[in-house]
Amino acid sequence: MISPAATPALDMSNAAYAMDVPAERPWSHILRRGQTLRIIDSEGQQAVDALLYCVDDPAERYSAQDTLRVQGSAYIDLGTRLVSNRGRVMARITADTCGRHDTSAGCCSCESNAVRFGEATKYQHACRENFILELSKYGLGKRDIVANLNFFMNVPIDPAGHFTVVDGISSPGNFVDITADVDVIFVISNCPQINNPCNDFNPTPIRVLVWDAPAV
Amino acid sequence: MIGAETRRDIAEANRRRYEELRAAGQDATTKSLPDRTARDAVPIAADAVIDTEDVPAGWYATMRLRRGEVLRIIDTTGRSSVSMIGWRQEDTSERINCADTIKVQWSAALAKGRVILSDMGRVFMSLVEDSCGAHDVLAGGSTPASTLAAYGAPSRNTHENFLAAAAKLGLGLRDIPPCLTLFAPVSLDTEGRFRWDASRKRPGDLVDLRAEMNIVVVLSNCAHPLDPIRPAASGPVTLIRHRAAVADPEDLCRTLSQEVVRAFAFTDRLFV
Repeated sequence: MISPAATPALDMSNAAYAMDVPAERPWSHILRRGQTLRIIDSEGQQAVDALLYCVDDPAERYSAQDTLRVQGSAYIDLGTRLVSNRGRVMARITADTCGRHDTSAGCCSCESNAVRFGEATKYQHACRENFILELSKYGLGKRDIVANLNFFMNVPIDPAGHFTVVDGISSPGNFVDITADVDVIFVISNCPQINNPCNDFNPTPIRVLVWDAPAV
Repeated sequence: MIGAETRRDIAEANRRRYEELRAAGQDATTKSLPDRTARDAVPIAADAVIDTEDVPAGWYATMRLRRGEVLRIIDTTGRSSVSMIGWRQEDTSERINCADTIKVQWSAALAKGRVILSDMGRVFMSLVEDSCGAHDVLAGGSTPASTLAAYGAPSRNTHENFLAAAAKLGLGLRDIPPCLTLFAPVSLDTEGRFRWDASRKRPGDLVDLRAEMNIVVVLSNCAHPLDPIRPAASGPVTLIRHRAAVADPEDLCRTLSQEVVRAFAFTDRLFV
């Protein structure tokens, strides 16, 4: 087990990997056990959709419902353990300067956009297109896309069940750190949605960095 | 290249549309949702019944439904919860999608008049009758770990039921999407923590789910992981697959919001 306390302050200058992910684009990376991924919302109010799969058996993957049930609450925060569909902890949130992330709203798709916002929006790029393209590199497809994480996305659910995507609360430079408990394929769609406030109606780039596990 | 000013205009127009849809979706829809079904108000004619199945506590059943057929689920004792997943028969990559179900309807509270969406922007099933009005789409079903923690011993659970049922259809772990659970009164408090309200469960509660495409569904009769009763006290549930009149164009589920009108239009295109 890797406890949040075991993660030292991370030095931007010694990251093992760094990459700017352009607006609207996918990205993926094998995150090894003990490595930490930082996702930086470079310009603020940018939703980042994410899925995790176990390298050893990608049928074992991030499960939003198992994650929420285990922690007993509906949002992703500092300390949240990301639980697989076999009940294993895949990774955990080890730093968070934003404070609000969703995992119940799923990703946008051409098909759901057409339902939500009118048929004209069917021909707009969407997260599911990104996920399909990126997952194809690993032999995975549409059936492997489950309810994902939405970093920096603000989706309050009230006691009556009302469910609203509202303006993101992340500021430029806010980040979230995810430390892997097992080797995972970490897949991101830098969300292209322009029909709701998750990206302030203006998708922007993000930056991703990876640090190796601290030497023991 | 689109200029900055045009981009701002588009963004502002999109924000206005979003706010209009949100107001229509949350304010108007909520007001026009019907009362719960009375438990004795909707008998099924004997000649409409296609198939009946009693599912013991802890077990599961798989049912195929043609478009327009209705599945009644009865929580006989008021102690059961029924977790459900399902796929479109002609293409099992199309399946129940809880996230789209929630966001298209602006609500995580399933009740009479609501629909269950597939991942392809189509309507999978409609909740045409519902005497309970307390169902869960957020927290999922029981698992080996959740039952071990709750009861101190391995016990039958929804995750393993889904795996077994999927295997008998040639499907596997990759095909098991997030599930919804009927007769599971889960809500959130203002801090976002899950709450269970046992007062919203009654013996004889029923739902009628109308298939809007040709589907196969799996129903798992296991205690919901947030149900605090120890040991688990589930009873049997009854499933009745039955025929129903063709939905009227003004059918509530088909017309409740502009979003579901579009989802039904896309669904109907499968059958022209």
